[in-house]
Amino acid sequence: MATRTIAGKEVQVNDEGFMTDPAEWNKEIAVEIAAEEGLAELTESQWKVIDFCRAASADLNGKSPTLRQITTGTGVTTKELFSLFPKGPAKKVARIAGLGKPEGCV
Amino acid sequence: MKQLLVLGAGTAGTMVVNRMRRLLDAEEWMITIVDPHEIHYYQPGFLFIPFGMYSRNDVVKPKRDFIPIGVEMIKAEADVIEPEQNRVKLTNGRTLSYDFLVIATGTQTRPEETPGLMESEWQRSIFDFYTVDGAVALAKHLRTWQGGRLVLNVVENPIKCPVAPLEFIMLADWFFHERGIRDEVELIYATPLPGAFTKPVASRYLGEILERKNIKVIPEFLIERAEPDDKKIVHYDESEVEYDLLVTVPLNMGDDLIARSGLGDELNYVPADKHTLLSKAHDNIFVLGDAAAIPTSKAGSVAHYAVDCWSENFLRYIDGLELLPTFDGHANCFIESGFDKGLLIDFNYDVEPLPGHFPLPGVGPFSLLQESEMNHWGKMMFRWIYWNTLLKGKELPLPARMSMSGKRSG
Repeated sequence: MATRTIAGKEVQVNDEGFMTDPAEWNKEIAVEIAAEEGLAELTESQWKVIDFCRAASADLNGKSPTLRQITTGTGVTTKELFSLFPKGPAKKVARIAGLGKPEGCV
Repeated sequence: MKQLLVLGAGTAGTMVVNRMRRLLDAEEWMITIVDPHEIHYYQPGFLFIPFGMYSRNDVVKPKRDFIPIGVEMIKAEADVIEPEQNRVKLTNGRTLSYDFLVIATGTQTRPEETPGLMESEWQRSIFDFYTVDGAVALAKHLRTWQGGRLVLNVVENPIKCPVAPLEFIMLADWFFHERGIRDEVELIYATPLPGAFTKPVASRYLGEILERKNIKVIPEFLIERAEPDDKKIVHYDESEVEYDLLVTVPLNMGDDLIARSGLGDELNYVPADKHTLLSKAHDNIFVLGDAAAIPTSKAGSVAHYAVDCWSENFLRYIDGLELLPTFDGHANCFIESGFDKGLLIDFNYDVEPLPGHFPLPGVGPFSLLQESEMNHWGKMMFRWIYWNTLLKGKELPLPARMSMSGKRSG
């Protein structure tokens, strides 16, 4: 398991760059990862989704919510999610929210 | 008399009543099973219909033939489950009370959930093969199809039998070879997954096989809509894939009964403990087969192993003992790969599909994650086993829980 420094804080990450301990996350880290993902500034709508994913993950034993769980839980449509977090919103939000990579379904 | 009520007489429900009628004292327990349909489909056989290997007749039998004496079968639709009252209301006005309820209402395809699929081109240039009617219509279409670009698209996971799309596209490769038009056909598999399969080692092995067969995988493709007149499918990010023939694996959802009863998640699957199959919300409701929201494949083999584990556990439970966490998510799937060959995968919650031999280490006769003729014959034999052994709840000479013997790491 590797560690890296994001927004001045040392956190654990896996080899795909996903944080492995959600407790190490904070909002400054989210902003920096978002910038790496090409999102210069996080808007209110983006935060709404990030906050939902953090809360949902706590109910899912630490797993990241699926795209459908996000749309059902936030009321944001899939189409909007793709404009808020282009190219693979479930994965991108999970990374920004300091959660694990969403598991492919079995 | 105590009442065990089972909703759904598909693979899981039928196995449950067969097993429990043998295990529960007939003087003490009534067993009732409710299902609105008369026909039991051998669903693994749907895959073979488009390629003319099976016909409709090969996959249908009356449900009644598989319900044992001593089990009451009611042909009716359940309208709502009322767990607080321990009863189920049927649409015909009847109410059934239970001491224990088994929900085995399965999962269904919902092509109507994706715009464009079920419009003017449905069963003209857009087909499914997860229903018998869809598979038969596609068989008819393929008999005279002259070639072009065939796109197979999985709308969203989870789906029933996650290996079936791979089998379909590999059988298509074989089928067009046999017809002498493989050169005229482009085969494309557009999947929401990051690769050919859900688990890394199997995804790598299967990805290589697809590449050898000249089947192109488009990963992470999430369909928003089909545009049937322009013959293309459109991703949420507006990228497009054109087709001449679209074969869709539509969105899968649990029965609407679950939504009406307020018991399901966003896809109408019922949250249950993944090791005991006990509903998370009610301590006298179990969920078996595809209806459960648990992280294992939706497949008959999983239902079979789950029923094996659950039936022993249930006997403990009604004696007042606690449930043991016995079910390990075991799945075991033959993957037909064309040219009379097949693969086999064997995995559970914790162990992904690995190469090796099954069930005997070093011997087999089945090889894991490798193509072989023996695996193909295993798959073809399975129909007989399904009708004659599996559904009737008889024991198969295989352990219910997955074994690591014979497997080697990636």
